[in-house]
Amino acid sequence: MSGRVLIANRGEIARRIIRSCRAIGLETVAVYSEADAGSAHVEEADQAVLIGKPRAQESYLVIDRILEAARTSGAGLVHPGYGFLSESAVFARAVGEAGLLWIGPAPDQIETMGDKQRARDAAMAAGVPVLPGSARFSAGDVAGIEDAGRAVGFPLLVKAAAGGGGIGMRRVDAPDKLAEVAAATQSMAARAFGDGTVYLERFVREARHVEVQVFGFGDGHAVHLFERDCSVQRRFQKVIEECVAPGLPDELRERMADTAVALARATHYAGAGTVEYVVDAETLDFYFLEMNTRIQVEHAVTEMVTGVDLVAMQIELARGRLDRIEQASIVRRGCAVECRLYAENPAKMFMPAPGLLGVFRTPEQSATLRIDSGYREGDQVTPYYDPLIAKIIASGENRAAAIATAADALRATRIEGIKTNRDFLIACLEDPLFAAGRATTRFIDEHGQRLVQASGVGS
Amino acid sequence: MAIIDVKAEITGNVWKVLAKRGQKVAEDEAIVMLESMKMEIPISAPEAGTVKDMLVAEVEGVTEGSVVGRLEV
Repeated sequence: MSGRVLIANRGEIARRIIRSCRAIGLETVAVYSEADAGSAHVEEADQAVLIGKPRAQESYLVIDRILEAARTSGAGLVHPGYGFLSESAVFARAVGEAGLLWIGPAPDQIETMGDKQRARDAAMAAGVPVLPGSARFSAGDVAGIEDAGRAVGFPLLVKAAAGGGGIGMRRVDAPDKLAEVAAATQSMAARAFGDGTVYLERFVREARHVEVQVFGFGDGHAVHLFERDCSVQRRFQKVIEECVAPGLPDELRERMADTAVALARATHYAGAGTVEYVVDAETLDFYFLEMNTRIQVEHAVTEMVTGVDLVAMQIELARGRLDRIEQASIVRRGCAVECRLYAENPAKMFMPAPGLLGVFRTPEQSATLRIDSGYREGDQVTPYYDPLIAKIIASGENRAAAIATAADALRATRIEGIKTNRDFLIACLEDPLFAAGRATTRFIDEHGQRLVQASGVGS
Repeated sequence: MAIIDVKAEITGNVWKVLAKRGQKVAEDEAIVMLESMKMEIPISAPEAGTVKDMLVAEVEGVTEGSVVGRLEV
């Protein structure tokens, strides 16, 4: 089989994958939409194939076009990156059926972890703590819901089974209001999602988002590569990520890592994956949220502190050329922080701000500074894809040093032509609450206004 | 009677045109749905009124500040 790798993605992650392929000595095939003709990932790959119109639904999400590109270019492997089709079991299966190697976990593993209920069952079976939750109540049925609520514990969330991304959730603080709110949520969900089923889940007041990077070898062996704290988010999208998760006891971080490995082992997980937890900042209890069966945007944080090339490991595992790695050989040095530079306007509720990157200059990379970007000066940041312009990843002996290097790098970054969150990121990094390691997932919601003012961003 | 412009506050692509010429709309009612950077963002009527003109079509791109429709208020 050909060792040529087709990258079913765009932007910074496509360039990132090309770098690892090149280091291993493999040729690369880029795919691109009409909006990305002339973009950096297209120029850097050995070959590039146009796969459709700008909208992702007509290009990066069209399985047949991508498989056709693999066939005409003579590719033997497919790397899906993140987003787009990276968590599509259908795509992973189609890649295998086309006689190509899929760089990622088995389609069944993607499917299991993509289903909330099955993922939760798999986590429980592996001894991973999950948020206390109830059975489901279909529309019009609230019989026994108070007892279910007491078993889950208050405060709790009434959640629409068909909802997602924070839509269809209501908080309830005491048993007497529960039946009423549940009934209202059922009828709302029936109208909005065509399915009025709800369930109850424990609500964590002060939550931290902490995840563990794992790598499985597909035979029951798995290791972890420490955790990442991604509590600083807006609209459920991560903005700043870091390793070490600040302020958590070592014993807790170790227990989270061990349970994540237990899940990867129990499921004979193959490749890079991330086990996401919500940590109750008040009690320090942690609960399973979900497992992402792909490389993540923030994987670079882990690479900075371990020196490991996660993408190269993914590729070599798929090719059957990865030697078994033992936990003891994975060592963390210092701390790292990643800032996502977005084309958006912080003063206007972080609304998208596409446009021409008239000026775009970033500082020199070094042993403690890595910058992954899909764009160059003069490129158009189009409205068709996500707003990520670049990831600024800094490391240091300790957290304060990593944060200072990241802030300096952001200050030295020059952008003209579009609005970005650059100054907002600097304000976050230098905020006393963040510096103290006390940011929760409500950090931007609660302090965003103040941080926007501190950053001096006008609308 | 006055005619007012309804403007796009962000750059994006028209995903859905929700109002027609002659239609009565309420204050804050969405008349166009934009798609930009994986978000769906409504453009709403700043006041109640009657749609005088819709100036954009689906899939078309709009830039920040451009007029997407006119209302008689």
